[in-house]
Parts: sequence; C-alpha cells; structure tokens
Amino acid sequence: MRDWNYRDKACIVGVGSTDYGVFPETDAVGLGVSALKAAVDDAGITFDDIDGVILNRLPYDRFAEVSNLNTPYLQSTPAHGRFSAIALMMAAEAIASGAATTIALVYGNDGRSNAMKYGGDPNFWAPWGFTSPGASHAMMFRRHMEQFGTTSEDLAHIAVSFREHALKNPAAVMKKPITIEDHQKSRFICDPLHLLDYCLINDGGVAWIMTTPEKAKDMKKKPVFVSGFARQDDFSQNSLPPNDYWYPALQKVESQVYDRAGLTRNDIDGLMIYDNFSPTVLFALEGMGFCKQGEGGQFVRDGMLELGKGRWPTNTSGGHLSESYMQGWALIVEGVRQLRGEVPPDRQIKDCKALQFILATAVAGSIIIRNDA
Amino acid sequence: MTYLKPLPEADKWSGPFFEGAREGKLLAQRCNTSGRFFFPPSPVSPVTRDGNWSWVELSGKGKIGSYVVMHQKYFPGFGDEVPYPVIEVELEEGVRLLSSIVELGDRELSVGMPVEVVFDKVTDEVTLPKFRPAA
Repeated sequence: MRDWNYRDKACIVGVGSTDYGVFPETDAVGLGVSALKAAVDDAGITFDDIDGVILNRLPYDRFAEVSNLNTPYLQSTPAHGRFSAIALMMAAEAIASGAATTIALVYGNDGRSNAMKYGGDPNFWAPWGFTSPGASHAMMFRRHMEQFGTTSEDLAHIAVSFREHALKNPAAVMKKPITIEDHQKSRFICDPLHLLDYCLINDGGVAWIMTTPEKAKDMKKKPVFVSGFARQDDFSQNSLPPNDYWYPALQKVESQVYDRAGLTRNDIDGLMIYDNFSPTVLFALEGMGFCKQGEGGQFVRDGMLELGKGRWPTNTSGGHLSESYMQGWALIVEGVRQLRGEVPPDRQIKDCKALQFILATAVAGSIIIRNDA
Repeated sequence: MTYLKPLPEADKWSGPFFEGAREGKLLAQRCNTSGRFFFPPSPVSPVTRDGNWSWVELSGKGKIGSYVVMHQKYFPGFGDEVPYPVIEVELEEGVRLLSSIVELGDRELSVGMPVEVVFDKVTDEVTLPKFRPAA
C-alpha cells in the first residue's frame, strides 16, 4: 500500500456559524454565505483570498452567484451528514496536492423552515410502515440490546451529558437541564428510541476556511492542523438497518487514523461524535476502540463523556442532540474553538491539544485535529 | 373499503417479488455463479456484478433479527395503528427483510423468535408478505 502523506498538510484557520433556529426570512444559501462571512473574518482574510469551494447541502451554481465567489476549484456534496467528514478530507487532499490553496467549506440548512421531515417518504419498506433514519437506528439499537445487554438507560447517560454541555453553550438550542428520568419518560418516537435520543432539526449555516500551513502563519488566529484521517465505506446493507453497527468498517478506520496522525488514543483530549441518534455514540466508541464491542453502554455511564468528569469529554457544544443538528459541521467548529482555547472557561477541555471526530455511518470515518504541530 | 396505507412502488427489479407474493410465493434473487441470495431486487449480482441471476422461491422460514415499535405517525393509513411493530426477519437463505408480524396473540415479540411467511392480500392487486410465529 502506498504511503499516506497528508499529515499536517492542511490547517483550519477560520470557522463561522449562524444562530441555529427558525429563519424563514432567509434560506440555506443565505445562511451558508452568512456563516462563510463570519469564517472569513475569523481567519482575517478576504473573499479574494479563497481559491476553492466545497459545499454541502447547497446548490453550487446558486451559491456561487449569491456569494459572488467564483473560483477555479468547486466541489458540491450531497445532503447527508457523512459529507461533513468527506468535505474536510477532500479539502485537505486538495490543499496538499496543490489543487487549491485556501478553501471555503460551506454548509447551509433551511430544513426547519421548510418543515423537513426525515420519514414518511416513499421507500421499499413503506408498505409495512417502516420509514425514517431514526427507525433504522432503533432497529440497530434493539439488536445491540439483545446482543450485548445494552439498555435505553445507557442512552440516557449520553443525552444527559450532552445536555449538560449545551447548558454551557449559549449557541445551543436546548437550554434546560434533563435527568435520566426525563429521558426515560420522554415519548417513544420509535421504540426503543425516545424523543431525547433524536437530533434537533434547525435552520443554520456553518463554514470553515482551510489552507496550507505556510499560509496559515499569516492569519489572524493560530492554526488547527488536520493531522490524520481515515475512511471506510460500507453500503452493503444500504437498504436495511445494518446488522453490524458498521463495526468492521470502523475497526479498519481505527487501524489507520492514529498512525496517520502520528498519535495514539492517549494523546486525544476529547471527542466529537456524529450523534444523529444517541446509539451512534456507542457504535462510534466501540468501533474506534475506546471500549470493547458491547461495552459502550457501560462506558458512557456516570458522566464518562462529560467535561470535568470523563477522560474524553465528548460533544462539548451539546452536539446534535442538544446544540443543533448541523450534520457534523458545527462539531468541527466546536473542536477548533476548543483547540484555540476560545470557549468559556467552564466549557474548555483542559490542556486541549488534540481532538478526534468520529462518524459511525455507512461512511465510517475519523479525523484527528490538533493545535501543536 | 379504501386501503390507505402506502402501496409498493414496484419497478422492473422489484416487480417479480410482488408478483410472486400475489401467487403466494416469497421470491428473492440468487446469484447463479456464487449461489448467494441478495435483496432488495437489483440489476446485477453483488458477487459477480453481472446479470447471471435467477428468481428463486424461499422457504419463508426464518427468525426475528430485530424489531421496533413505530410510535410516530408518518404514513396515512398507519395513523390509527400506532404504536405498531415492524420486524426484521432473517430468512433461512440469508436474506433479510423488514415486514409485519401477524397472529402474535398473547406472545411477546422477541429477537430470535422463529417466524414463517403468510400472504396478506391487502387490495385486489397487491399482496404483501408478512410473518407469523412459527409453530
């Protein structure tokens, strides 16, 4: 196999986000451009410094027209959240190869204003009443419960931990504390998953600016280096709830991502886990080897994912469950702000030098970012 | 009475599956080269990536691999039935299907429960394979 040669070849130098909520006065493109403007300011550059664009969930032609940003490098990615990781990897590869120097990565979502529903659309299983990504995760989680003895209450610990973080994040949509009992008493959407196992659909925009380490030296803030990343797709069970929790694909990623970054799990100070539904947090932790397969439920109990308590504080912004479902994009923003030491002291991970983004999806992926390269 | 639930949108690949159900047969595609079954219906075998496959009748026997209970109202026609279960069936031949459980009686739904196919004629044109606990 050829050497992987992208370690620390690209940096995140600017991040920006809009508020998250209901904004019918604008649209996804408007939100994306607003976030990009904030990211450009954050990096201390101008729009003229950007020579590449990678979009997620946005129409590329309309975006270019509205933003008046016309570059020699443009990529457009589908609406699935897995493309947050893919976009970041693509940008690092493009920057390292010289295809572009300074790339704007932009996400915009007006799903809440447009009453976006995940479920109820025609699909092969609709005649039997099956629909929605949540139901697919519920099916996977029931299997996990049976196979390993995991419980709904284990998931409650995840929801409570992320809510505790959200309370320290003014940008988070959720403002009230919850208890394990609140989680257990919240209504079922798809048993075994409760309302509080689901992410929060909102309008919002998020943007990142990435560039070379050389260019990064001239920018306003200290760079965050993209140290290592790995990805393994598994769409072999795309039409059914997978029966393996993407574990083999995640294990493959684990076998590569730390070596590529030149770090070990012990160097990781905190995690950003793609939490579209709370069970994916367990699948990610198990697949990435933070605990043995089947032990995720025990692992997340008693504040293990919480700031000031656990070894690996996770989703310190509140994540998709309690900040907002910005499909991975806002998790990276939080990671960058943590590594810069920009978050309020009560939310700051101590001595934060390296963080890891993990996705347990049909695109199993992980990205390690750090501030001390 | 009007049937309000979603009906299959059979296409040229899934058409024979639903045609089979009308005739009381549970069908799936089998790769002629490798012998492996695959589902949902597809243009080529995932093993050989070619069209050398056949429709084969399955035994209709299997076990419940997982299940959920839908509480949210997503579809017209299912609104009055929430909460209702959807089961994932692992058939003997290795095919997995999502389906409905019928004739459960006072038994409790459980992973591992043996099930067998039954055919529910829901309209004049459409029959859906469903599953009941096996004796």
